[in-house]
Amino acid sequence: MDAKQIYQTLSEKFTGRIKQFQENTHPASVVVESDAIVDICSFLKRETELEFTSMISLSGVDLKDQGKMLVIYHLGSIRHKHKIALKVELDRNNPHVPTVEKVWPGANWYEREAYDLYGIVFDNHSDLRRILLPDDWEGWPMRKDYVYPKRYHTWDV
Amino acid sequence: MGVLEDRLPENILFTTVDKFLNWSKKSSLWYMLFATACCGIELMQTGASRYDLDRFGAVFRATPRQSDLMIVAGTITHKMADRVKKLYAQMPSPKYVIAMGSCANTGGPFYKDSYAVLKGVDRIIPVDVYVPGCPPKPEALIEGIMKLQERIMEKKTLVKK
Repeated sequence: MDAKQIYQTLSEKFTGRIKQFQENTHPASVVVESDAIVDICSFLKRETELEFTSMISLSGVDLKDQGKMLVIYHLGSIRHKHKIALKVELDRNNPHVPTVEKVWPGANWYEREAYDLYGIVFDNHSDLRRILLPDDWEGWPMRKDYVYPKRYHTWDV
Repeated sequence: MGVLEDRLPENILFTTVDKFLNWSKKSSLWYMLFATACCGIELMQTGASRYDLDRFGAVFRATPRQSDLMIVAGTITHKMADRVKKLYAQMPSPKYVIAMGSCANTGGPFYKDSYAVLKGVDRIIPVDVYVPGCPPKPEALIEGIMKLQERIMEKKTLVKK
């Protein structure tokens, strides 16, 4: 199934919750509502014609000028050899999105990393702690307006 | 021995106390098994049979409690830095530190704009010898250890000057 067909399948199943189809990205991406992400993901994983068993990557984007944050899910199917990206737009001041950890257990650490570096909160996540930086680190380093701290514990950063 | 030759019983040598102490310190530089990045691969290579660090009396120990020398081989992040300080504190005196490679010296490729990497291990613990390279070859590390041995030989334990 190519990306256009996947988009059509999705927009038939989830009417009104699919916002946009972007063909020029690689892989082609579908912008979806943030509160529908778990339903869409489990549909994509379960459906025999789609079978997105593999979550290749989960990443965050800070669109400071537009006041938005993006979470991008790269999905792949090993059986059907097709790929798709899902995009979720979030409010930059309060980025919240439900976790897809129940769909792909591997999403756990990806979501922790996005939380660690962007401060995106994944609701209902089982273990939402920082993963790379120390637990007492302040701020979200990959945000565009991040200010580097001068000192950490007893030494100069 | 010169004039003293054949005038003393067997196994007696004359030297200064400092020289003897320093000689014994430099000849048994047991280093801690501690590697955090690709420099660790070169450190393993240095310890293995081809470069054979054992011939300097330097053998690796798997605990800081038995180590004299900490070779900081690799990138130290702020998260790791607390652990490095703790490991250094656990080593018995006299203790020495070699900063191996660009990351341990200055932060190396992560110097500019890294939020996570410590910009040089000398910000948290005293460093005796810096070995440049990214990563340094085993020859370079061995030269660093020989430099450290030279420095140890210069130390004065009894006479403070």
